[in-house]
Amino acid sequence: MTTRLLEIENLTVRLAAGKAARPILDGVSLHVERGEAVGLVGESGSGKSVTCRSVLGLLPEGSRASGGVRVDGEDILTMSSTRLRDLRRRGVSMIFQDPRASINPMRRIGDFVAEGMRAGGVPQKDALKRAEELLESVGIREPRAALRRYPHEFSGGMLQRVMIAGALAGGPRLLLADEPTTALDVTTQAEVVSILTGLRAERDMGMLFVTHDLELAAAICDRIYVMYAGRIVEAQSTEGLFSRPRHPYTSGLLAATPRLESDQPPHGVPGRPVSLAEAPSGCAFAARCAHARPGCTEHEPGPREIDGAQVACLRAEELIHD
Amino acid sequence: MTEYALEVEHLRKTFGEHVAVDGVSFALRPGGSLAVVGESGSGKTTTARMLVGLERPDSGRIRVAGRDRSNAARGRATRLARAREIQMVFQDPYLSLDPRVTVAACVEEPLRLHFAMTPAERRARRDELLARVGLGEREADALPRRLSGGQRQRVAIARALATEPKVLILDEATAALDVSIQAQILDLLAEIRRDTGVGYLFVTHNLALVRHVADDILVLYQGRVVESGPTRDVLTAPEHPYTRLLLHSVPRPGWDPAGIAADRRALATALRKTPPAPAPDRASERRSVTP
Repeated sequence: MTTRLLEIENLTVRLAAGKAARPILDGVSLHVERGEAVGLVGESGSGKSVTCRSVLGLLPEGSRASGGVRVDGEDILTMSSTRLRDLRRRGVSMIFQDPRASINPMRRIGDFVAEGMRAGGVPQKDALKRAEELLESVGIREPRAALRRYPHEFSGGMLQRVMIAGALAGGPRLLLADEPTTALDVTTQAEVVSILTGLRAERDMGMLFVTHDLELAAAICDRIYVMYAGRIVEAQSTEGLFSRPRHPYTSGLLAATPRLESDQPPHGVPGRPVSLAEAPSGCAFAARCAHARPGCTEHEPGPREIDGAQVACLRAEELIHD
Repeated sequence: MTEYALEVEHLRKTFGEHVAVDGVSFALRPGGSLAVVGESGSGKTTTARMLVGLERPDSGRIRVAGRDRSNAARGRATRLARAREIQMVFQDPYLSLDPRVTVAACVEEPLRLHFAMTPAERRARRDELLARVGLGEREADALPRRLSGGQRQRVAIARALATEPKVLILDEATAALDVSIQAQILDLLAEIRRDTGVGYLFVTHNLALVRHVADDILVLYQGRVVESGPTRDVLTAPEHPYTRLLLHSVPRPGWDPAGIAADRRALATALRKTPPAPAPDRASERRSVTP
């Protein structure tokens, strides 16, 4: 069996003792194959960003993690800091939500894009040459001049491209994108996504795309994981998820999303999303679920395989949501 | 002639050299719902800010319930009267509520400012407003930090409704919320409109949302109205290339982001050569498209 590009196995994260002690993730398992685009969808507090960041070893301060996070078979959680730095530089890159908050405003664009290469020992001249090519590949006009500009001279959409260029500098095999277009206009979002998906295909990178927007995930990804309260509640192919959502939370999310092509007005899910720490025993979604039975609050449903879908719901076999 | 809740004619605003809003006209029926859509820099937020008096237009007219408010308000009474007629709900409920003021005090403040009520009357009205948006006593005593995003936005809506406005401006009011919560707030807003006859002006970039909440739509591009009309017509048969681009930009399965990116560049080039002409008058009554 060949090793998977990314394999997260039974990842549990909790903030350690003290006032803020609480669980954040509970038994999260997911994988990304080479060249595959995978979506991780959830609402605020679901743990999707924590999961994504764990792949770079960026766990919340003072937290303890158990389980495995493996990139090409190598476990991030037990890796030496030297090896981890090397992996961050060359193997795995991340694109964050808000480029203005993630790119140092005091430094030139060229320095930002070339930073990883410089740290890896590439001479300044070669690194800048490569940075220029990268800026060109993400559609920055006059890339040579752009190297000497500062972040404030760019619009949000242009700056997000700069971040993508920086993320690609090390030639990563795996790209982590944490809500990369949430801060952008819709038309700009389309442009950034087209650059991202184009480059991903061209370089045969695997991508983990984190978003709260199911429609966006569907437009980009081959498979989608849905998270709720620190657990994965459903995993399916994109078509499967939309045509036959198995978990009541997934179908609730789908029904709540306003659609252009549908006459159905969006329907809210009663209550509000909870985090794992607030979640009662049993299924965390039970309190908001129209299909909940007394048994749902007693046992935490483990993930089960049904018709190619992974579902964590006690009634998954009975319920088909349309 | 019907009296509009809100009527705007040839609104224009410049910041230095930059023309932010250029000849924008529209009208909102009492109890109607109009969406102003466009991307950042289209002038939609500047337009909203002029309506509530946070910016002064360079020229053009704004009438609310037939009363002109194009000139600066003179005196406290006029300012208050204007504020009563239009209220606004902002995008970020984490920034738009004072963290030190309880929910109860926050909703009472406009009541104290605008109406001569006894404390008992004010409390009764405050409870009525909070109940209207689905909040109870427990939330009333809380500070904003104890509330979720959706609850905060409910507080902002209750506060805005306190003055019994003719028009409520919702500036991306649900954009910061989780989708399952957004749908709850949209239901609440629809119910309030049905019960009170308040008119809504949605300022948003989300066309899928507009499809379900607005009777009419106004598409802004670079400060100008490029297309307007009944939402259903505009969204099913968009005539302006920019409206089409916006529509295609909404992610969905089978989406073609590369095609959209190419269209966007083509449109920007075409419009740089011939910028959109100012729209004809009273755009929202019928279909209108700027060539």
